[in-house]
Amino acid sequence: MPESGSNRVPETGAFFQRDRTWHPPALTPGYKSSVLRSPQKALLSFDNTLSEISGPVFGHAMLGELDNDLIHNFARPGESAIGERIIVHGRVLDERGLGVPGVLLEFWQANAGGRYRHKKDGYLAPLDPNFGGCGRTLSGEDGGYAFRTVKPGPYPWPNGPNDWRPAHIHFSVFGHGFAQRLITQMYFEGDPLIWKCPIVRGIADKAAIEALTAVLDTQATIPMDALAYKFDIVLRGRRSSLFENRMEGN
Amino acid sequence: MAQSLDRLRESPSQTAGPYVHIGLTPNFCGIGAVYPSDLGATMVNDKTKGERIKLHIRVLDGTGTPLKDALIEIWQADADGFYNSPAELRGAADPNFFGWGRCPTDMETGLCAFETVKPGRVPFPDGRLMAPHITLWIVARGINIGLHTRLYFSDEEKANAGDPILARIEHRVRLPTLIAERKGDTYVFDIHLQGEKETVFFDS
Repeated sequence: MPESGSNRVPETGAFFQRDRTWHPPALTPGYKSSVLRSPQKALLSFDNTLSEISGPVFGHAMLGELDNDLIHNFARPGESAIGERIIVHGRVLDERGLGVPGVLLEFWQANAGGRYRHKKDGYLAPLDPNFGGCGRTLSGEDGGYAFRTVKPGPYPWPNGPNDWRPAHIHFSVFGHGFAQRLITQMYFEGDPLIWKCPIVRGIADKAAIEALTAVLDTQATIPMDALAYKFDIVLRGRRSSLFENRMEGN
Repeated sequence: MAQSLDRLRESPSQTAGPYVHIGLTPNFCGIGAVYPSDLGATMVNDKTKGERIKLHIRVLDGTGTPLKDALIEIWQADADGFYNSPAELRGAADPNFFGWGRCPTDMETGLCAFETVKPGRVPFPDGRLMAPHITLWIVARGINIGLHTRLYFSDEEKANAGDPILARIEHRVRLPTLIAERKGDTYVFDIHLQGEKETVFFDS
């Protein structure tokens, strides 16, 4: 339990409703793959039951020493990945602004040249023999997290005839309830490709796109070693269950 | 002007993309040097209580073609209907059952095969028991926000008939899209992303 060692009582309220006008809709035709992979019928809405309020909890025992260091976790001993060395850090918060402790974050990305270590990626930029591209960590008591990596490069993809993804890192985040489950992508401040990308532009609101854009954080850099970017992640908040109209049995 | 509510907004979702395996199932895509095994690949051990079952799940696009780059996560109660989660206040779940699993679709066949136990019944907020079910979350290239649905069991007709969530489905013709068909110890479940047989997806 993430609560162990603290006085926190597990929260069991339902989560705030998701604002699906803020998220990208299922169908965003500029992103061609969404055309045949988007449901066309309305979603079935209901308030959370225990099945959505509960969720898996991962412990520190599963983590290896280098899991949050992509510069070294695939590299040969004494070697390291090539590219701009960066630290990515931030907090996992919920919509109430509270830190979300003890949740698993997983990240994956291309190497500095925009090449993924995946057999389906045929891009001509070479693999880096010292870079795998995956990492993971658990958020701390205040929701904080950090990992080291190299800044990924942009890469071309077969959507339009000349589409390029902005530099990005994929994030997978668990909350305390399975209904908070989220996968998203982090972009880098100032990248001109952000505003041209059909995947990004599936999001209608400019402020929502900016919420996925990490800011350069010189105060968190390690001089002569690595630059830093700050990226906070917000998960669904929970309603208080103080006045909920519940019958016995739950 | 009234006061501000001062709430943050949820981070917007983005697609998991075609290389989701690198981050979530690296061993599956040949990155074997980083984690000892892929998270969620094994759900049961020889001490897990309950009836062992297999789930054979596919995800099909609007042309009926199976997705070969999707990833499914499942979350379920143990055989007695308890979740292995701090939010479970009714009692302790089976310590040999974590309740969560993850499986990428096979790159050739599109099949996700889970080995798990059949879940017990869990109460709805008003105390009525829901029919046994497994919560599913589906991500893939082309899916902008993870899709949430449930798998119910074809041999639980009576419980399914009284299930408060299934009862919410206005168009009863769509109800079978949430029922996995039992074949021996295996339940077969096809998820249709769109079209006539489109699976009921949830907003909860």
